[in-house]
Amino acid sequence: MSIKLILKDGTEYLGKNFGAEKSVSGEVVFATGMVGYPEAITDPSFRGQILVLTFPLIGNYGVPEKSLWESEKIQISGLIVCNYIDTPSHYSSLQTLGQWLKKEGVPLLQIKDTRGLTQKLRSDGVLLGKIIAGRNLVKFEDPNRRNLVAEVSTKEILYFGNGKDTVVLIDCGVKRNIVRRLVDKRFKVVVVPWNTDVSKLEFLFSAVIISNGPGDPLKAKITINNVKKILLKKIPIFGICLGNQILTLALGGTTYKLKFGHRSQNQPVVLSGTNKCYLTTQNHGFAVKRIPHGFKEWFYNANDNTNEGIIHNDLPFMSVQFHPESSPGPIDTDWIFDFFFKKIGLKSSNRVYPSSRVKFTTRQVK
Amino acid sequence: MKKLIYKKILVLGSGALKIGEAGEFDYSGSQAIKALKEEKIKVILVNPNIATFQTSKNLADEVYFLPINEYFVEKVIAKERPDGIVLSFGGQTALNCGLALSEKGILKKYKVEVLGSPVSAIELTEDRELFASHLKKIGIPVPLSGSATNLKDSKIIAKEIGFPLMIRAAFALGGQKSGVVANMNELEEIVKGALLISPQVLIEKYLHHFKEIEYEVVRDRYGNIVTVCNMENFDPLGIHTGDSIVIAPSQTLNNDEYHGLRQASMKIVESLKIVGECNVQFALNPNPEEGKLEYFVIEVNARLSRSSALASKATGYPLAYVAAKLALGKSLLEIENKITKVTQSFFEPALDYVVVKMSRWDLDKFKGVEESIGSAMKSIGEVMAVGRSFEEALQKAVRMQSGIYESVTDDIFKNEKEIKKFLSIPTPKRIFAIAKNIEKGIDISLIYKMTGVDLWFLHRIENIVNLEKKFSKNKILNKEKMLELKQTGFSDKKIGKLCGKTEFEIRKLRKGMDIKPSVFAIDTLAGEVPAKTNYLYLTYHGAHNDVSPIGKKAVVVLGSGPYHIGSSVEFDWSCVNASLALKKYNKKSIIINCNPETVSTDYDMSDRLYFEDLSFETVSDIFEFESAYGLIISVGGQRPNNLAKKLSREGFNILGTTADNIDRAEDRNAFSALLDKLNILQPKWQSFTSMKEAIKFTKNEGFPVLVRPSYVLSGSAMRVCYNKTQLFNFINKAAILSPLHPVTISKFIENAKELEFDAIAQDGELMVYGISEHIENAGVHSGDATIVYPTQRVYASTEFQLREISKKIALELSITGPVNIQFLVKNNIPYVIEVNLRASRTFPFLSKAMDVNFPEMVVASFFKSAIPHSFIYPKSVLVKSSQFSFARLNGADPILRVEMSSTGEVACFGKDYNEALLKSILSANKFDFSRKNVLLSLGGGLNKAKFLEEAHILISLGYNIFATDTTAEFFDSHNINCTSMRKASEQSPNVLDIIEGEKVAFVVNLSKVETIDSSKKEENKIKRTITDGFRVRRKTVDNQIPLFTDLNLARAFIKSLANYNIYDLEIKSYKKYLN
Repeated sequence: MSIKLILKDGTEYLGKNFGAEKSVSGEVVFATGMVGYPEAITDPSFRGQILVLTFPLIGNYGVPEKSLWESEKIQISGLIVCNYIDTPSHYSSLQTLGQWLKKEGVPLLQIKDTRGLTQKLRSDGVLLGKIIAGRNLVKFEDPNRRNLVAEVSTKEILYFGNGKDTVVLIDCGVKRNIVRRLVDKRFKVVVVPWNTDVSKLEFLFSAVIISNGPGDPLKAKITINNVKKILLKKIPIFGICLGNQILTLALGGTTYKLKFGHRSQNQPVVLSGTNKCYLTTQNHGFAVKRIPHGFKEWFYNANDNTNEGIIHNDLPFMSVQFHPESSPGPIDTDWIFDFFFKKIGLKSSNRVYPSSRVKFTTRQVK
Repeated sequence: MKKLIYKKILVLGSGALKIGEAGEFDYSGSQAIKALKEEKIKVILVNPNIATFQTSKNLADEVYFLPINEYFVEKVIAKERPDGIVLSFGGQTALNCGLALSEKGILKKYKVEVLGSPVSAIELTEDRELFASHLKKIGIPVPLSGSATNLKDSKIIAKEIGFPLMIRAAFALGGQKSGVVANMNELEEIVKGALLISPQVLIEKYLHHFKEIEYEVVRDRYGNIVTVCNMENFDPLGIHTGDSIVIAPSQTLNNDEYHGLRQASMKIVESLKIVGECNVQFALNPNPEEGKLEYFVIEVNARLSRSSALASKATGYPLAYVAAKLALGKSLLEIENKITKVTQSFFEPALDYVVVKMSRWDLDKFKGVEESIGSAMKSIGEVMAVGRSFEEALQKAVRMQSGIYESVTDDIFKNEKEIKKFLSIPTPKRIFAIAKNIEKGIDISLIYKMTGVDLWFLHRIENIVNLEKKFSKNKILNKEKMLELKQTGFSDKKIGKLCGKTEFEIRKLRKGMDIKPSVFAIDTLAGEVPAKTNYLYLTYHGAHNDVSPIGKKAVVVLGSGPYHIGSSVEFDWSCVNASLALKKYNKKSIIINCNPETVSTDYDMSDRLYFEDLSFETVSDIFEFESAYGLIISVGGQRPNNLAKKLSREGFNILGTTADNIDRAEDRNAFSALLDKLNILQPKWQSFTSMKEAIKFTKNEGFPVLVRPSYVLSGSAMRVCYNKTQLFNFINKAAILSPLHPVTISKFIENAKELEFDAIAQDGELMVYGISEHIENAGVHSGDATIVYPTQRVYASTEFQLREISKKIALELSITGPVNIQFLVKNNIPYVIEVNLRASRTFPFLSKAMDVNFPEMVVASFFKSAIPHSFIYPKSVLVKSSQFSFARLNGADPILRVEMSSTGEVACFGKDYNEALLKSILSANKFDFSRKNVLLSLGGGLNKAKFLEEAHILISLGYNIFATDTTAEFFDSHNINCTSMRKASEQSPNVLDIIEGEKVAFVVNLSKVETIDSSKKEENKIKRTITDGFRVRRKTVDNQIPLFTDLNLARAFIKSLANYNIYDLEIKSYKKYLN
């Protein structure tokens, strides 16, 4: 059962497989969070990526029930760890991580020197890679060339919660915790496919949220164009992660690819013009370069000064590069949601954490 | 926000090392001083702990070696007039002193501002009841609880909450006098004890088998908060975190639990408006109903703590340094990350390794002490191991902690019964019992039920046990198996033991397979950003090295390992000073140490720091990787010194005295022959393999004798025996006597003086030396003795002889580097009892007294650059007193013996012997000048007779003497007024009541020497010798009353009282005492 990770530059890492016996290709990225592997690997933003977790012990608390995941399935192409733990101990665990990955057809490599691999990725930048199990060969493939957003987005409109006010959530690869947070804040959430022309929806809603999602924002051209229409109508809009980039592009700003992205739960962001700092979860490979006209920098990264959010000078248009919904990660910036809703005169209810469970199987077609 | 500007800041230290307050506060205080000095602020330090780095001459602007209490600190404030004070860097001692100063209006009077967290917040966290209601108010759950100030109310509350209950004393160090009780009887016992040391007890619901989780939180005055680290206790709630194995980061928490608790800790810290560091401890339900996060807050420490020192070392985030900057009003964004130099301090470290902390207890050093551990801390030191699997880190920790055990699988039990017993009772041996029981096939779910240790950890230990089992069976050691064993944390020695090879053979084999550990860095960011860090560890879960070897410019300095009885902060001080001195000789220093409570493991004390074990295997791996120039083994105490032979055999360049000569001094026979050859006297001694020969020796030389078995079953490793029965009993019961395990017996010279000769030699010639004098007679371990410099009662001719003898020894052993020689002197005849070719415990004491940095001189001697120091008679006297932690160790007999039992020391300068002695005793004891009663219990005729003069002094000073039994009769017959008290075993009111009523200022309890270690009682199989004397001594320490069990020290103390009142004691900074 020989299995190895091969990077585009030819470097090979021999490993032991605890997941599916399958060869896959993808973009190799690393994340440094110490908890939250079930959340991370079901995060649609990781679509098409082979994920290296730098924390050396993975699998410790098994896998919880499906409703606690960030999407309905594992989104990564492959998982690389230092040490896989096959003997989890946690009340919420229903299966081991290995069992889960096997079931979902995702390989899980234990390669020991994940630190060496991480250092390589950080100095060379993210690389394409492939996991070769046995004799099943695959080619290197750049997932960013695909329209990943289209792949992960919902195909139909979904409804959650039963609050008074309705929020439209454009699903570019939405993490379920965004939905959970909005439902907890007593909103009715309508999740629409990535290419929905929101301006044509035939029900009343108070605001639009552009979700996080995988890959290059330029691939989401349709969404960008649709957002332009929303902006023209001056409908309040709030973007998260990819949503930050899409909003920027819709307004004439620019984005660029970072050398190795931000994928961790300890990214410090500063509220511009203050000395207030928050710890955030981030998972992005692209970032905002030129801030659109009429907007200002809302947050910046305290480590590398990259943009972490933009906000319109007067109108309720704003977005953040980090994940205020966390999951995994710190929940310091949950207040961003409340800030947005307050700005548009909507009342959001008090925070609850951890988020209450939302049934993601319920589907009401209007 | 108003900008804060300070010119002069007062820092309070924590005093002597004691259980619950150890070296971690040297680290935090030192970092704080450095952080303040960087801002060009004058720093004044009060700390009588002479062995600390923070009291170095060149760190704080002024150092006061004075007791840390309101009286002395007020005097220092009045003299120095600082505009700010920091309270959070000196443990509970500093905090309590600061709160008292604030409460009494002293800080206000002198316009001293408390920096950092507001006093009101600290007060709130210190009052358990008020704090519980505060937490409830902000929606943070606390366990059902109540507080009481007497037994009756305690019982009422207990009934309301229901058993089991946790009882704690308010305002107490490290969980002192607290415990879990299951019924009213147990409650009564614990509550009574707690009320003795505290006006208030807190009674709360005991949360069975809840996980214990801690967060280290930092907040700046702008409200920015980060949690630097979280930690999970291996043991469930109920074992003090200071005694539990601790893992960082938590291993069994999922995202919601990790961040749910993180959020709660931030909410608490925000509500308190903490500025600086705060530690929050949680109890977490491992099996909550309906999957809801269920937790309770157990404790909050609004100051740097032992846990924060651990968190700091575990993550590389310099908590104390940052906390000091925050206290000055800086924001977390303004403070550069000292480790990475690329980020700032507002971030939470991401670890790509795991850290295991294990405590070091030394309970076997205390006669009669209870072995079990619980909610009151008993350990003296700790180690921290870093690895990339739990197994790797845990096994490292086991080796680091003991220096003896190789693996959790080591068989340390005598029989089956013990294996069971030590699983069910929590003791320092429990980790071994878990492994042994798994090996025996006990189901781990049953072990979980008995211990509450999470299954995750038990699975990991099971993994270790299974691998060992498999390997022991087939003994096939191919490359794959070797790597697996190393990755699971097995040492070469253990692997060798399992397959019948030596560690050298395994080492050779392993290197032949090209299996070497990787050198990884602790960079706080899990490799995300290239960090300039020199903070390293070894792992077998890697395939590259983060750093390249330094090569021939490198000198490896071995640290001292965990603090334990006999090896404490003084060795860390020497290690740090040696490391810093290397720069002068154009060398790069590499420190190896595994103790998170030290300054030596700080980021700026060496060019490279390996947080690693001090074993032959690890030191060799590092030395070979670095291709270093040389190795310093003589500044970290006995542990590194023991490696001399093995390391030298590998061809490593040991700087200074050769390993052969070190061996000549360590090997009893060789050393004895050497002394004979040089015509130097030593007490007569011989090694025996049979009792018959031993008796013959005692017939010729007479009793008493000092008996040192080479193998000890239980209890002390040496003992003075006054007669044949004692000798028989000691050897038969406590030790093994056989051809394999000889027993050494030496003539014990009674009423002899003990002197310490410390020197540094270069090529066999003395460069500097100092002689210090024990106040107690020989028979009290030099680590426990009160020591004075310069000598006070020694003839010049004796000193001359000491010097001549030392010169001869230095020449004969071609000493280069440190040497410590212990002498007995009787009738002006010196006998050599021991020579150590390493820095001694006395090094910082002498260095500071003589104003000569001994470790620097040691390094100079290695490079042939030492210049002979010309002796100048000092204008002041320095006295060192030992700190005992008996109060923390239930059942231990607080009496001075040949075996060391002190946990720390203080030393104070004075214009003369009496003043220095008095200050020093006040620094290690709570002495109340206003109490005018003393209790004297003088065993034996000689003790009584020798005490007459002092009894008269006490009367003249206005003291009322209480005495028991024969002491009272003796005083009566000598017309000394005294109140006769009933003995402890007699009906109340008796002598115990006046101690418990805290009516006495101090107690002198002298045993008739012959009855110490009474053998008769042991024969009667009474486990704890509950003699009257023991009960008096125990009651005294339990009530925090100064206790004197040595005649000479008691007399010296009373004489100093005759000469000085508290008002007469000079408030003078260290620099003013120097010539």
